[in-house]
Order: sequence, then C-alpha cells, then structure tokens
Amino acid sequence: MRFFRRPPAHIWCQQVVEMVSDYLEGTLPATERRRLDHHFSVCPPCATYLAQMRETLRLTGALVPEDLSPEMEQEFSEIYRRWRTEG
Amino acid sequence: MSIHAPRLRWARRHTTPVDPDLRLLERLRDGDEEAFVTLVSRHHDPMLRLARTFVHSHAVAEEVVQDTWLGVLRGIERFEGRSSLRTWLLAILVNRARTAGAREARSVANSDSPEFVAAVDAGRFQSSGAWSSPPEHWVDDLEERIGAQALRAQILAALAEMPERQRAVVMLRDVDGLRADEVCQVLDLSAANERVLLHRGRSRLRQALEDEMGAVPA
Ligand SMILES: [Zn+2]
Repeated sequence: MRFFRRPPAHIWCQQVVEMVSDYLEGTLPATERRRLDHHFSVCPPCATYLAQMRETLRLTGALVPEDLSPEMEQEFSEIYRRWRTEG
Repeated sequence: MSIHAPRLRWARRHTTPVDPDLRLLERLRDGDEEAFVTLVSRHHDPMLRLARTFVHSHAVAEEVVQDTWLGVLRGIERFEGRSSLRTWLLAILVNRARTAGAREARSVANSDSPEFVAAVDAGRFQSSGAWSSPPEHWVDDLEERIGAQALRAQILAALAEMPERQRAVVMLRDVDGLRADEVCQVLDLSAANERVLLHRGRSRLRQALEDEMGAVPA
C-alpha cells in the first residue's frame, strides 16, 4: 500500500504569525509544523516575517550585560565580610 | 568499518562541563572573597534587570539584589544542585522582588492583560486573513544602517513598555538564555503561560524593530 501525502490544509497568514513563536520553539505538533513549512515556502510575506522574527531574536540575544561598577563591587565585598563574621 | 569515532563524539558531547558557578561556590564557602565578587558580577546584570520588572526604583532593585545575595550566602548549605545555581538565585530574587514590589505599591496599570493581543495588528490583514500590508524586507546590513546603539535602545524601550511578566520572560529567555523550564521555575509559571508571554513579547519586539526600519529611508 502506498501513501500519498496530501498537500497540507490551508492556513491563513493571520494564523501563521500567531504560531511563529511555537514554530521557532519547536513545540508545534508535526502536522502543524508541516503546514507552516509549506506556507512559508509559498508565501513570501510570511517567510519575510519569519526571517524578521529570527533577526529580532538574534539582536535581542546580542544585548551585552552591564559590568559591575567598582562601587557595587565594594558593596558586595562588604556583604561577604558581614556574612563571614556572622557564622 | 569505524564505529569508534562516532561513539567518541557521542561520549564527548554528553560530558557535562563543570559549571564555573559551582567552582566559585566552593571557593567562596572556603572564605574566598574574590570568588564571591566574581560570582556576583557574572549574575548581577540579569538579576538587576529582573528585579526592575517588579520594582520601580533602581535603588530598591539594587537593594533587592544585595538582599538576595545575603540570603544566598546564609542559605548556601541548602543549595543542593538540583537546579542550576542561576535558576536557584533568580527564583530567590523573584520572591524578594515581589515582596518589595508589593511594598512599593506600584500601580496596577502595568499588569498583564488577560485578553488576546494579536502578534500583528489586525488592520494589516484582509478579512480573509491574508496580508494586506505585508512586512517589508529588512536590509541585511541592519546594524550598520541603523547603528547597534539605536537598535539596542529600541529593544530596551520596547522591553520597558511590556507588562512585567512578559518582559521578565523575554529577558530571561532571549537576553539571558534560560531554557523554558528554567523560566517557569524562576517565575512560577505554567509552560502554557510561558509560551503565550514569550510569543506576545517577541511579537512586540519584532514590531518595534519594524517601526524603527520604517523610519529609516531605504
Ligand atoms: Zn502567509
């Protein structure tokens, strides 16, 4: 017996943008994932949207943490010394 | 036939690297003050940012962070290493920040709205659900064109406008790189809630960047 995979059921762009996060998280069920894969391959605006979301994540992940100021370092040293003398 | 090479790779990938935090923890237990300051500086920025989602004032947020560390030192023997030190720290911080936030009696205007918020404004779709105002391509040299500083400012401003839990989730996941389950543990959220908050937050960030692109001539 042979199985022919039917083309994925239609999904609208407005639904797609609500599923992009789960798509990127890899938490979508396989059938939903295939529907989105298919949609991205035939819908350039949604493919653009997906690319923008990836770029957004990259930029957010590139935010650099602020360093501890010398004054703060001093305060934390004092906290440590306070704790050492408690015991 | 070589079955050894793949097996070696397998073993290597699954070797747990020693968490540098745990080394520092050992040293600070032995009285090494420098190890403590190093540990603090590794986590200070994420902690301060997370505290700021619960309390208004920077000074109060700093107090919360300091208070958390003192609590961590006093409770150090209770840390069993079942979660990462970072997850444990952040969970303690959230408890304290919530208490401080309640004391500060911050306005409820910034609370999370329970109703559905669309990832993209409904006005940009036809009634059929297809795009009517589709997103424009972003240029590849985005950072050069707009400037890393301006992008950073835009992202920070969008984060600042988010409801507190949404902001906390996005920062912990996408800035600080925590896993979904760690965020659920730190913020005491269900997996479903975490996903919704992350989705809304990321959608807002994308929109904020799109707005910024729109302001730049192509
Ligand atoms: Zn589409």
